[in-house]
Amino acid sequence: MKINNSKDQNNNIILEVKNLTKYFPIYRGFLRRVVGNVQAVDNVSFSVKGGETLGIVGESGSGKTTLGRVILRAYEPTSGDVFFRKNGEMINVFSLEGSELKKLRRDMQIIFQDPYSSLNPRKTVMEIISEPLLIHGVSRGEELKSRVGELLEMVGLNVQHMNRYPNAFSGGQRQRIGIARALALQPKLIVCDEPVSALDVSVQAQVINLLEDLQNELGLTYLFISHDLSVVEHISNRIAVMYLGSIMEMAPAHQLYQLPKHPYTEALLSAVPTIDPHTRRIRIILPGEIPNPSAPPPGCKFHTRCRYVQERCKKEVPAWEEISPEHWVLCHFSKNLHLQGIESIKV
Amino acid sequence: MNDYQEKSNYIKKLYEQQSNLDQTIAHQMMSSEKLAFATSQWRMMWRKFIRNRTAVIGGIVILLFYLVALFADFIVPYTLQQRMTQYSFLPPQRIHFFYEGKFQPFVYGIKGSRDPNTLMRVYVTDPEKRIPIRFFIRGEPYKLMGLFPANIHLFGVEEGIVSLMGTDGQGRDMFSRVIIGSQISLTIGLVGVALSLVIGAFLGVYSGYFGGWIDNLIQRIIEIIRSFPPIPLWMALTAALPSHWSPLKVYFAITVILSLIGWTWLARQLRGKVLALREEDFVMAARLSGASNWWIITKHLIPATFSHIIVISTLSMPSMILAESALSFLGLGLRPPLTSWGVLLQQAQNIQVLLLYPWLLMPGFFVAISILAFNFLGDGLRDAADPYTV
Ligand SMILES: Nc1ncnc2c1ncn2[C@@H]1O[C@H](COP(=O)(O)OP(=O)(O)OP(=O)(O)O)[C@@H](O)[C@H]1O
Ligand SMILES: [Mg+2]
Repeated sequence: MKINNSKDQNNNIILEVKNLTKYFPIYRGFLRRVVGNVQAVDNVSFSVKGGETLGIVGESGSGKTTLGRVILRAYEPTSGDVFFRKNGEMINVFSLEGSELKKLRRDMQIIFQDPYSSLNPRKTVMEIISEPLLIHGVSRGEELKSRVGELLEMVGLNVQHMNRYPNAFSGGQRQRIGIARALALQPKLIVCDEPVSALDVSVQAQVINLLEDLQNELGLTYLFISHDLSVVEHISNRIAVMYLGSIMEMAPAHQLYQLPKHPYTEALLSAVPTIDPHTRRIRIILPGEIPNPSAPPPGCKFHTRCRYVQERCKKEVPAWEEISPEHWVLCHFSKNLHLQGIESIKV
Repeated sequence: MNDYQEKSNYIKKLYEQQSNLDQTIAHQMMSSEKLAFATSQWRMMWRKFIRNRTAVIGGIVILLFYLVALFADFIVPYTLQQRMTQYSFLPPQRIHFFYEGKFQPFVYGIKGSRDPNTLMRVYVTDPEKRIPIRFFIRGEPYKLMGLFPANIHLFGVEEGIVSLMGTDGQGRDMFSRVIIGSQISLTIGLVGVALSLVIGAFLGVYSGYFGGWIDNLIQRIIEIIRSFPPIPLWMALTAALPSHWSPLKVYFAITVILSLIGWTWLARQLRGKVLALREEDFVMAARLSGASNWWIITKHLIPATFSHIIVISTLSMPSMILAESALSFLGLGLRPPLTSWGVLLQQAQNIQVLLLYPWLLMPGFFVAISILAFNFLGDGLRDAADPYTV
């Protein structure tokens, strides 16, 4: 767990997401009529400070990847805005087109979950890492080669392996190649989309350590996506918990772990395994299934599975509120509930 | 110490121990077996391909076929239309290679007469008359590859006849005609495939990459084209060709008609492949680095589908060759004086001919061999390219 020690907090905001919504239309039939929408990201707002790591956790299908990709303009948003700080000014990411957008892409990069799909098997490491540099015409020839060498060194790979193909590398090494590619254009913000989920536990720690080192050296800002609370815990300053396309709760990591304010967070924390064999947490088993994201429940999306559900939850959509500094919750009763943090749930 | 700090410390320690171990193992692995895989896709393909014996044989046969077709006029002893009326329906001759222990190929002379009862021509060999086969012999003039005038033939005889596959009713040498006919049979497939490649690759990649209503339209067109049974469709189209067209025009019209259906196959396959590739993270990575659609298509998609294009082209050759043969056989494709295997097979249309002069079926044998060879080669290429897809 890291403490963000930047002083001037408000001026330091690098990314601001406002009421961001992304629906994927569902087509049917010969004429491809739109018969519904997958509400992958639904009215999400938050901001990220320069140099910090915002962890985003949630179950599979909760919309984490979509959120990251809409911010990067991989997908066009349905509505909402994203602002990114460039040369001291907040610019609207969704208003950019053509060469402006291309320029912005140098500042925002991505690291993928799948170390296999993320590297073209037909290209050498050199070709893979130099691609962004060639697209932007940054360097060429010998200079390009030495820059790629530098990047390889930065991620802890052997420079001599530059001319090998991805199939010569292990999962962890491939992930390092992906990181080197993301770093090539010297970005400020990197969306790390479950960068270690596909790796062995032992390798996971190495890659996370590398990401942390790079962040310290280069002053990077991370949006760190994971489905696993124990992975984001180490690397995040703040954590946002997603459920069915909405952020349910967002707070500094320590606070979220100790004093969760949303019943869904409480349930997730109860599922984090314990190390000590003599202790066991009382697992809160969520009743029912995750609702279909194309037909989320009315009112609070979580009400169908909430232990503390009230009549109001079924009708009224809760507001996204900052109930204490830096602690945002999407729940009608967050102030009344006394929820269990990670420590106290112990037999 | 509270529970989760305890846990993190424990995990950290575990991580460190394991990671050291892991690195050494990974290092050892890299140095030995893993290096073997550090090769390009193409080299891996080639290595896998040459281990497939039937595919290699298929490839060699095809190479041979095309080489022979290229130098056809030189290789054969007679020209396409050269008639030797006194030798009509001559069965294949036996070639003798040695004479008195020395290499000295020759054929025996032929004496023709009529069977007094059936009035059929019968041929008897004359063991007294040895006709030596000469190599690089001067013969009928021709144009090599249609360009260079020449009159030297690979082999031939100075008197009598040498006929490896017999002659037809007009006394034309079947061997010469089959070999020269291969030029058209084999190239019509090539040209047809090339044409369907251009249309199919463009529409397939476009369809798969951009999607949307154009994709929808292209897919429906493909379905409509493919819902017609091909042979009647071809027949209808070829029957509509004006009869006064020059042979060259007819030739190209036939290739266009053949590729009219051919491209749909390629477009479908490429669309599917591109659809899958489009979702790969490396394509997303390129796009998020600012790559244009053109960059992604030319640097990622086309190279990745290249092996598929080759495989699909190879595998669609047989149907082209077969289609041309079938159409010409039915009299709807190429017409004499253009000569293809299909045209040659027209002579073998009735059972009586087949019984009396079975050697007229030789062009069919060549069709079969070339199709088998293409199929073997295509299957081998497919297995080598990508065992999981195509
Ligand atoms: N390109 C797309 N087209 C249509 N629907 C999509 C698309 N991408 C995602 N979805 C849908 O949006 C929802 C959110 O998906 P997303 O991949 O963002 O979830 P996630 O939290 O990243 O899940 P995971 O942990 O499995 O990666 C899912 O229901 C998914 O089916
Ligand atoms: Mg995801």
